[in-house]
Amino acid sequence: MSLFNVFNISGSAMSAQSQRLNAVASNLANADSATSANGTPYKAKQVVFSVAPTGSPDATGVKVSKVIEDKSPPKVIYEPKHPMADAKGYVTMPNVNVTEEMVNMISASRAYQNNVETMNAAKTMLLKTLTIGQ
Amino acid sequence: MINKLDAALSFHQNALRIRGQRQELIASNIANADTPNYKARDLDFSAAMKRAVAGVSQEASRAAQSMSKTSAQHMNGVPSSAQTSSGAAGEPLFRPIIQGSVDGNTVDMDVERNQFADNAIRYEASLIMINGQLKSMLAAIQSQ
Repeated sequence: MSLFNVFNISGSAMSAQSQRLNAVASNLANADSATSANGTPYKAKQVVFSVAPTGSPDATGVKVSKVIEDKSPPKVIYEPKHPMADAKGYVTMPNVNVTEEMVNMISASRAYQNNVETMNAAKTMLLKTLTIGQ
Repeated sequence: MINKLDAALSFHQNALRIRGQRQELIASNIANADTPNYKARDLDFSAAMKRAVAGVSQEASRAAQSMSKTSAQHMNGVPSSAQTSSGAAGEPLFRPIIQGSVDGNTVDMDVERNQFADNAIRYEASLIMINGQLKSMLAAIQSQ
């Protein structure tokens, strides 16, 4: 039944988008974490989406295929009083681009909303279908 | 006798089925709006409807068009006509690119939302028509 599959498709997209939102939250929270569990500055995380097959041959859902670390260089700031400063007084900070993360956040939340609406429309259509012959 | 009742309803039954299938395709386009290299797909409703009315099932025409598989590991052969707008009879096609994006994704959210709403309303129209047909049938068999 095609319309029930819309729930699977939109649901997969919603969980993928919320995972993306999770990565954004983690990046923003750690924008100033000069040290992490392994001693190096925090590296920004990005999710990569790919299509995921669902029950039907043509319609596909979404999944997060991998979470990658951002390859961009870390920010280096001059702060001699910082405990993590090197001999010359420079501190290596995470490579989180706050502006980029905010844009990512808006995009993820809009995409999430779109999928919620898709799901709601499919639900209304199914409920109307149930009233055939009444 | 039951056959005739079935035949009377089969047109709208087919229409609802194809509308449902199309809704599913558009939902998958909306879901994959941020997936790199995803190509938006859609169904030609009138072609699919013509084929359904002619009584050709999708699987049968697919089998006729595609190459035969002799091993479970073979991939599904895409019939060459499915990629052109002319030959495919009701198979999902790829949407023309309006504004390409750098990640190779061809989903245009405005187009998809538009088509989604349009398809949902047409689905409900089919429902209303099928309901009307049922009501007139009931009126015919009840002696009131």
